Amino acid sequence: MIDRSAPRKLASDLRARFEALGAVPVEPPFLLSADTLLDLYGEDIRGRAYVTSDPARGEMFMRPDFTVPVVQMHMAQGAEPARYTYSGEVFRRQEEHPDRAIEFLQVGYEVFDRADPVGAEAEVFARIAEALAPMGLKAVIGDIGLLRAAIEGLDTTQRRKSALLRHIWHPRRFRALLDRFAGRAPVPAAREALLNAADPMANAGPMIGLRSATEIEARIAALREDAATAPISEGQLELIEALLEVRETAPYALEQLRDLAVDMPSISKAVERMAARNAALADMGIDLETLSFEATYGRTSMEYYDGFVFGLIAEDRPDLPPVASGGRYDALTSKLGQGREIPAVGGVIRPGLVLDLGGLS
Amino acid sequence: MTIKIGVPSKGRLMEKTFDWFAERGVALSRAGSEREYAGKVEGIEGVELVLLSAGEIPRELAAGRIHLGVTGQDLIREKLSQWEQRVEELAELGFGQADLIIAVPQAWVDVDTLEDLDAAAAAFRTEHGFRLRIATKYHRLVREYLKEHGVADYQLVDSQGATEGTIKNLNAEAVADITSSGETLRANHLKILSDALVLRSQATLFKARGLNLNDQDRAKRTELLKKLGVWN
Repeated sequence: MIDRSAPRKLASDLRARFEALGAVPVEPPFLLSADTLLDLYGEDIRGRAYVTSDPARGEMFMRPDFTVPVVQMHMAQGAEPARYTYSGEVFRRQEEHPDRAIEFLQVGYEVFDRADPVGAEAEVFARIAEALAPMGLKAVIGDIGLLRAAIEGLDTTQRRKSALLRHIWHPRRFRALLDRFAGRAPVPAAREALLNAADPMANAGPMIGLRSATEIEARIAALREDAATAPISEGQLELIEALLEVRETAPYALEQLRDLAVDMPSISKAVERMAARNAALADMGIDLETLSFEATYGRTSMEYYDGFVFGLIAEDRPDLPPVASGGRYDALTSKLGQGREIPAVGGVIRPGLVLDLGGLS
Repeated sequence: MTIKIGVPSKGRLMEKTFDWFAERGVALSRAGSEREYAGKVEGIEGVELVLLSAGEIPRELAAGRIHLGVTGQDLIREKLSQWEQRVEELAELGFGQADLIIAVPQAWVDVDTLEDLDAAAAAFRTEHGFRLRIATKYHRLVREYLKEHGVADYQLVDSQGATEGTIKNLNAEAVADITSSGETLRANHLKILSDALVLRSQATLFKARGLNLNDQDRAKRTELLKKLGVWN
């Protein structure tokens, strides 16, 4: 038997706390359209969320988190700026970690505000960190916007930049692409042969399926363009690697990044944004000396965050997931908004983990 | 109590399994008529033969309803999460070889590797407005494999048979399927990606883990495994 009463009580206390700070309580649905989630996350979501179905609506997912339905509610009826809070169960398949919870409570705090983005980020972090202050958790922040800016600034084709940006959350494929574009990985024999062939379609055989000859020819043209493009320089590659290695307290990380920005001016804006965020966090009463910054934080597990990210972690319990986590997810809102973008940042607390770790007193 | 051993109930897989056991002095056979799924064991007392579809053997092992079972490694990995904790591989039997591969139309001259497939999938989604479809019955294995290798913008569509035909019928753009020789693929104008061997599989004898056996049954199982030459 799961004891539901204690985590529920804590969840409602935390939600009341966020309400008192001006957030509007919302109650998103349990069942979400499978199409929407599959479009956003791809097939991988099936390994993380439970699917159910009925003949009329087709497949539905039991909500794996609140972000998508909260964004949908906001877009349907919200006025800006807006602050929301919610609490309720989410459901996660745990094929790889059968000891982890498959249903647990989350309490969230989300801010939709285009006027002061770094202020909103600092606010979300501070509201959640304050609520958990008695626990003495380790706080880690990161910023995926820095890596995005570094990629945009590479001296190479837009096609290569898009390929890297598309795989920013898949470090292994990202690395392989970077090595390929830098000329570090040898060109596969089959591609070499294709590029040298007088008529690449000579041995194609019959065309079957939906992908047309025109699409195949377009990709061959893209491969030819890529083969004729100079490799990304060692210098630029080393700067990206240096950026990914930044791991320091927030003020020192900022210094390191400012040094990097001298050779990599494309990240300057993102670095100054981080400076402004640090200042906003300090204004909210956060001690920057105790705040860790990791450039790669959230890169494998927090797929829809595309800027500021954070987590609050029990340092002596590396077996547990973060007690709280969150970040900025502008790209997600623009995908859901079909062109309308709504800058958004939010975070969640897991009351069950709070209690497992001894509670808030 | 007896020790129960699950064996595929028909076809070449059953016959080859019977041969493998017979070579080791344990004669398995079907009892009664061709249609009856009851079995007979000679050469050792206290062992019962259960004839099952190869696809059900993983589940029966995990549930502890059979103690030993012969099935493909592909089926064990597809149907049991954390399979290593639930069953133990005792011996590969040397038949039923099959590779789980990913294949695309031969006409896709620009696609030879997973990297190519991923790039083609991205362009396909932009062009057609939906994710590139891969037909398979091995959903879990293929999804985990593609996730590990960072392939995005695809979707799996279910195909329980005649998977090679799904591309021609416009139900899929690629397939992930078991092949032994690749002949069916070639006949359907498909080619195998050169770096995408999802799994190499063959018929294998498995032991269920974590069973609560009494001393007598444990001794019986040991006797059988020794006779089969797979005791260690």
